[in-house]
Amino acid sequence: MKLLFAKSFFPAGCLGSSDVWKAAKALPILNCLVVLLIIIPLTANAQQIQVGSKRFTESYVLGEIAKRLLEDAGFTVEHRQGMGGTIIVWQALTNGDISMYPDYTGTVQEIILKSKTPLTSEQMRAALAEHGIGMTEELGFNNTYAFAMRRETAESLNIRTISDLRNHPNLKLGFTHEFLNRNDGWESLRKHYELKMKPRGMEHSLTYVALNSGDIDLLDAYSTDAKLGEYDLAVLEDDLEFFPKYNAVFLYRLDADPNVISAIGALGETIDEARMIQLNVAAERMKDYTRAADLYFEDAEPMSAEAPTPGVNLEISQFFSKIVPLTREHLTLVVISMFFAVIIGIPLGIRASRPGLFSQFILGLTGIIQTIPSIVLLAVLIPILGTNMRNAIAALFLYSLLPIVRNTTAGLQDISTPIRESAAALGLEPRSQLTKVYLPMASRSILAGVKTSTIINIGTATLAGFIGAGGYGELILSGINLNATDIILQGAIPAALLALLSQFLFDILDRVVISKGLRLQASV
Amino acid sequence: MIQLNNASKRFGDTIALRPTNLTIKSAKTTVLIGPSGCGKSTILRLMNGLLQPTTGDVEFEGQLVSRDSALELRRRMGYVIQDGGLFPHLTASQNVTLMAKHLAIPLDESQQRLSELCELTHFPEDGLSRYPVELSGGQRQRVSLMRALVLNPDVLLLDEPLGALDPMVRASLQTDLKAIFRSLGKTVVLVTHDMAEAAYLGDQIVVLKEGRIVQEGTLDDLRERPSDGFISEFISAQRSLVQL
Repeated sequence: MKLLFAKSFFPAGCLGSSDVWKAAKALPILNCLVVLLIIIPLTANAQQIQVGSKRFTESYVLGEIAKRLLEDAGFTVEHRQGMGGTIIVWQALTNGDISMYPDYTGTVQEIILKSKTPLTSEQMRAALAEHGIGMTEELGFNNTYAFAMRRETAESLNIRTISDLRNHPNLKLGFTHEFLNRNDGWESLRKHYELKMKPRGMEHSLTYVALNSGDIDLLDAYSTDAKLGEYDLAVLEDDLEFFPKYNAVFLYRLDADPNVISAIGALGETIDEARMIQLNVAAERMKDYTRAADLYFEDAEPMSAEAPTPGVNLEISQFFSKIVPLTREHLTLVVISMFFAVIIGIPLGIRASRPGLFSQFILGLTGIIQTIPSIVLLAVLIPILGTNMRNAIAALFLYSLLPIVRNTTAGLQDISTPIRESAAALGLEPRSQLTKVYLPMASRSILAGVKTSTIINIGTATLAGFIGAGGYGELILSGINLNATDIILQGAIPAALLALLSQFLFDILDRVVISKGLRLQASV
Repeated sequence: MIQLNNASKRFGDTIALRPTNLTIKSAKTTVLIGPSGCGKSTILRLMNGLLQPTTGDVEFEGQLVSRDSALELRRRMGYVIQDGGLFPHLTASQNVTLMAKHLAIPLDESQQRLSELCELTHFPEDGLSRYPVELSGGQRQRVSLMRALVLNPDVLLLDEPLGALDPMVRASLQTDLKAIFRSLGKTVVLVTHDMAEAAYLGDQIVVLKEGRIVQEGTLDDLRERPSDGFISEFISAQRSLVQL
């Protein structure tokens, strides 16, 4: 989509839109480029306490509450928002990228400890301690799974309980991937309730959109999810008592500062279901997790009538104070990953242009990498690189290789035998044949590969948001999570502008790098 | 000057050249002629080491042409191919002076050589800044010839240099080539399939068929004393307009 946009913007290579220039100046990209070359923000302050959270509203709010609690106790805190699913955040905790994050007893038992039998709190604490992890007292609410439907559908079909679903095998179900695949998830429930439907797996925050549009009829939700109230959904009764307890707790590293541990321990039994739903609704209304978390510290009724205006009316200056660091992060991701993709991709492409098995191996491998879903690639890299920018850069680097390697190989292989024989017959050494003849002749194709790669990279760099590694992806993902189009666009539009800008810069580079003789030849 | 000693070349199951003995005389123009696939281009590629013989060997002034020696020997052998083989990303003058620059020959020296060559090949100096795509076919062959001559090689190898040109351009280039060969007095090996061209340019003519030499000698030798029916047929198949 970005590509099409870019093409319609610059018909036939004509570059003159002053709008683009204004936008480019407004985002201080050049400043950022200079800054990022000097300070590459890969290393976090060691004194900082890192709080993680999973990618849904309640986890964000709990993370913000922990942040404020620790700040009140005198610590410097960074909240790494919405790092991903359980596995990603758990690995970040065990390898020390974060010091704590909120989770639920049911998740600890089923996913982290993989226990088939119910565990007591003491059993869980003992098992977690083997990983160097501690668990706080329960926070006071049970956020278990629930099934929800549009109220009018449920009423017209007379569905009130999960058992009632048996009579309606044609209902369309959309579940989170986590619920579909976990031990106590769909498979067990299906057997427990003798259901026959085939559900689809979806990103959680997208299931509400799908339900609202009638694309699905039923979704899985957390029982304290603000959206249940917001969309006025009918929650089905768990009449055969399938869903286990999901009491909220904080998991923390046992080697954390004791003052940190005691500060977070103060959260025990302070939030009940009603309170949590209030905080969640406030977060979604205000589009601001920090302010929702602040309500926890106020005794006043949090649902005051003067609900602050949502993000639509964000001050321009506020927008820029947010977008500037994100732009810097996004550019860091793109520039560093592309730098390595170019200096490694071109030599690989040169090697792969020679006949033989090894060349097939290179082309095959770079092709296979491209087929790995980004979330999987990030997950694979977490044990090696952690949940940080380095991980995202490594993933982006791998995704950027294929167009560069392929185009380098194709460009070199396209050089005709007479030209090759001429270069050899002149008495040029093989190395000089490559640098003086083959590479300049393949420059158009190589540069086209780098250009394609960069534009894809700018789009793909939003994946860093999955692991809380920064960039425009943070806005896009939290926008999806909050179901707020304006926030999604705040991330998506700068990304598109960045793609346009890079297209423009590459068109200039084309004229510098590609010989006039080749450009004339192409136009004949 | 150049000698093939029982040299043969085979590509998989295809025999390109049967074991062949051939001596190229110094300061003469030798023409290799024959129908397509007779092995004439293979002989040329064996001479500058673009191909290695399957059996036998090739000597250049008593030195064995091998993978190791080829690089240095090629700089003493100019090579021109049918469509010129010019590098499209370089201008005419960059194509010509590529090797001079590569071997760090002083700029004023190579510039002087360039204008000498323009004069010799009748190439307009204002065309030097053009890219191959901006030149005509005949001009491209003149540039290619200049490129082959820039290091003042001992030998000039030409593989159907006029094959892709239209008859008018071809005739004028043939005249120029003959004058150039005469004025330079270099050893020339030229591959063609055109008997008239062979007769016009060659001191010595080598006729090949199916990977072997059928006869070698002057035009008169071939005409008066054909070694077999193929020679007479080959000569008479290429009758001139005058005879029609």
